[in-house]
Amino acid sequence: MSSTTTSAAPETAGPLLSLRGLEKRFSLSGDFLEQLKFKGGKLVREQQYVHAINGVDLDIQRGEALCVVGESGCGKSTVARTVMGLITPSGGEIHYDGERIDDRTTKALMPYRRRMQMIFQNPYASLNPRMTIQQTLEEPIRLHHPEWSPQRVKDQVAEVMASVGIAPDWGARYGHEFSGGQRQRIAIARALAVDPEFIVADEPISALDVSIQAQVLNLLMEAQRERHLTYLFITHDLAVVEHFGTRVAVMYLGRVCEVAPTATLFATPRHPYTQALMSAIPRLEDERPQHLRLAGEVPTPVDLPSGCVFHGRCPHADARCRSEVPALIATDEGGRVACHGVEEGRIG
Amino acid sequence: MSLLEVNNLDVRFALRRGDVQALRDVCFSLDRGERLGIVGESGAGKSVAAFSLLNLIARPGYIAGGSIRFDGQELIGMRDRALRRIRGHRISLIFQDPMMTLNPVLTIGEQMVECLKAHRRISTRDARAISLRRLEQVQIPSPSARLDQYPHELSGGMRQRVIIAIALLLDPDIIIADEPTTALDVTIQAEIMALLLELCEEHNVGLVLITHDLGVVSQVTQRMLVMYAGRVIEQGPTREIINDPQHPYTQGLINALPQMATPGSRLNQIPGSMPSLDNLPSGCAFHPRCGFVTRADGSTRQACVDRVPGFVTSGNCQAACHMVAEMIEHERLPAEEQV
Amino acid sequence: MTIPTSPLERSPTTSRRERLRDSYLLYSFLRDPIAQLSLLVFIVLVAAAVLAPWLAPMNPYDLAQIDILASELPPLWIDGSDPAYLMGTDAQGRDLLSTILYGARVSLIIGFGAVAMQAALGVCFGLLAGYLGGRVDAFLMRLADIQLSFSTLMVAIVVGALFKAIFGGATYSAYAVPLLVLIIGLAEWPQYARTVRASVLAEKGKEYVDAARVMGLSSRRIMFRHILPNTLSPIFVISTVQVANAIISEAALSFLGLGMPETQPSLGSLIKSGFDYIQSGSWWITLIPGLVLVVLVLVINLLGDWLRDVLNPRLYKG
Repeated sequence: MSSTTTSAAPETAGPLLSLRGLEKRFSLSGDFLEQLKFKGGKLVREQQYVHAINGVDLDIQRGEALCVVGESGCGKSTVARTVMGLITPSGGEIHYDGERIDDRTTKALMPYRRRMQMIFQNPYASLNPRMTIQQTLEEPIRLHHPEWSPQRVKDQVAEVMASVGIAPDWGARYGHEFSGGQRQRIAIARALAVDPEFIVADEPISALDVSIQAQVLNLLMEAQRERHLTYLFITHDLAVVEHFGTRVAVMYLGRVCEVAPTATLFATPRHPYTQALMSAIPRLEDERPQHLRLAGEVPTPVDLPSGCVFHGRCPHADARCRSEVPALIATDEGGRVACHGVEEGRIG
Repeated sequence: MSLLEVNNLDVRFALRRGDVQALRDVCFSLDRGERLGIVGESGAGKSVAAFSLLNLIARPGYIAGGSIRFDGQELIGMRDRALRRIRGHRISLIFQDPMMTLNPVLTIGEQMVECLKAHRRISTRDARAISLRRLEQVQIPSPSARLDQYPHELSGGMRQRVIIAIALLLDPDIIIADEPTTALDVTIQAEIMALLLELCEEHNVGLVLITHDLGVVSQVTQRMLVMYAGRVIEQGPTREIINDPQHPYTQGLINALPQMATPGSRLNQIPGSMPSLDNLPSGCAFHPRCGFVTRADGSTRQACVDRVPGFVTSGNCQAACHMVAEMIEHERLPAEEQV
Repeated sequence: MTIPTSPLERSPTTSRRERLRDSYLLYSFLRDPIAQLSLLVFIVLVAAAVLAPWLAPMNPYDLAQIDILASELPPLWIDGSDPAYLMGTDAQGRDLLSTILYGARVSLIIGFGAVAMQAALGVCFGLLAGYLGGRVDAFLMRLADIQLSFSTLMVAIVVGALFKAIFGGATYSAYAVPLLVLIIGLAEWPQYARTVRASVLAEKGKEYVDAARVMGLSSRRIMFRHILPNTLSPIFVISTVQVANAIISEAALSFLGLGMPETQPSLGSLIKSGFDYIQSGSWWITLIPGLVLVVLVLVINLLGDWLRDVLNPRLYKG
């Protein structure tokens, strides 16, 4: 395995990626003309927003796999896409290896594009249907190493294809000629082709069949070991998190409600939402599981609840929860949790 | 006799390359009030199996042979009118996407009343009362208000509750649920599954649950079928199959789950992927991916490559596997020699 | 209920010819007699038009070959015809068959030329509007709306009249073909722009475009290398319809005297030139070129219909 990462020990000690108060809201109101409304005889401009993420603080250390879990609409994919620069944040900062990257121009971002790559959810849509696998894999290498000879590019493609278990002589085929699992391997190969150090994986296995999920997870873990990768892994599947993650961040309605090392989180979940989420995993062992039922459903991120975003469904909510936004505070077990109840000792 | 008996069901799709066999020799039965899980990966034929029960296979698919007996009547070849009386009335369906069942331009109440009136002579007022009671049973908050709402005004979880209420409307004998919670979030999924289980027990309704999620099957069903490439390859009581799967594919599926491995270690993956139905391998369709084609002593089990395995009984389970058959044979032979 | 068609087990054939042989396009073509007949007729017509200088008995542009005394002769199967003129002659004594062949050539050149122009404009504007979005999108689409609210006729009248007024009728005759290409091309680009924009919007949301952006590719490369090839199917489909439309537009303009001059007739101006003699019984001068026009447009539309059915992703997922 000829990885350009020479040694595992980096000089800088800080986190590889850190998010500071990251916010993203999407306008629901269309363009300027559609925002104009008549109210009380006056023409006013009115805008409605979806608050996809509001105030996310996260650090990702070198070599770890940070898993972000949460239900649909919690903003976990928005975090991934914002980190990769596919979405411009509405507020907050993103630092990569100590440098701020969220305010850079496309050109100034180029050196980082090689170091950070992304794997997408849907292997049926993430490969360009009109390009052969060889073309798909050569493109990023040519872009980031324009000085390489055609032979060297070909060698790199062959190597990276072999490393994901796709025979290099299949390069002349198109994406639709492969099964879902194979396509996801090719997508992983594309991400690995430029020897990145950091990979954002947005639900990379949720579109795959059970027996294929294991293949892809194994591949991702292998790549991490051999290439010293750091992962930001987005998923809704807690069983995968338990297996794959070094640390876990649980998100709810655009906020991080708990961050902890995986073993700690699964042994002692502190936030009431984390507890409910854990009890909902369908397990093979128990026949009649007693899961914690939450009242109601996730509110829409258009009108965010005041105070703690979870208070409407939380069995422990009190007046303070309804008015004051909880901050992430360190727990004895080494995690951080954003809950007034835990802080006050009301919730075990 | 069982409430529902399916024998040698054979479903094909007439494609331009010729017929593709989507189901081969599928046999199973369901007793009154029993909950059966059909498990398999995409393309295994589990949804086709469920849809063909009510002859809902869309063209170019067709039922090429076999029998489906429901409450003593043969459903295959039954006239459409008669079939419609059973469909929705005595056997109801729950789809993965609630919007496949709900009409977006009618209120929930209108749809439920319409459904009731189509099958029973009943006044609108009574129909509304029954509808309301069903909505209460599926624990929808403020059920009377929901009657006058449109489907798009409800969240995904609530829509699926409405679907369950509609499925229960005519006191069916069997509910067929095709991946009913796949589109929902984990916490909602758990609630809906618990609700479905509770209602089936309470009303003594049989359930055919089609899913790819072994966890859900193990929690909800009493018996299960595992399908691979259009065939049933293992069936038996759910608990026994989960705890002691016989067929190498079932073993592989269960062992591949992340929860079966110690965190951070390599998962037990099944190599390769499911073959396409129009190009099945010879013999046992699983043999190219199976680790048991080669015996422990290094010799090849030629039967796996040559012959399609039949079912062998092991305990309360049945598995279609040459390796299992051989093992049972080995266990029995010495015993017989001693006698 | 999807039948997986994992191609894993298919033999690794990758040559272009084998792909075509396995393709749905060829398969459905071989199954569709209407498409086959249409293509055959279309090829015959195009070949005849292209080869007109060699096929035609005489050159209608060459005044020396025209015999004014032989005007308004009926086609061969009618009494009073001259065996030298298979389809008779027009009012100026030109052989109708030759004139039709040359006229079809002019019509086809204008049809394809105008569509090439529409496509070039429309595809670029549609790509930009769809991919960049925001103000660029709003501006280009309003521009398209404005363009569409002028009919082709109005554009033709304004441009044609201006041109004639500035440069005079003789210059106009010399530049009639490129001018008509320009007029019809300008008038109808919004059709392309709208279609392309719609499919760009659909493609833009797909993950392979995100993957290209994450890679750091430039917008231009993403638009032309990644998105454009995936919008080709709808472009093909509307192109057939647009060719037919452009031929009809040209015929209509010529019929109104805004198109090709009678000295270099297209099908439209032929129909027009014969129209004055219908009353005097010389119906063939209008009817025969009219029939050719109808058949030409019909087969193009039938081919377009077939193509649309084949490429429609809702009917065939590929």
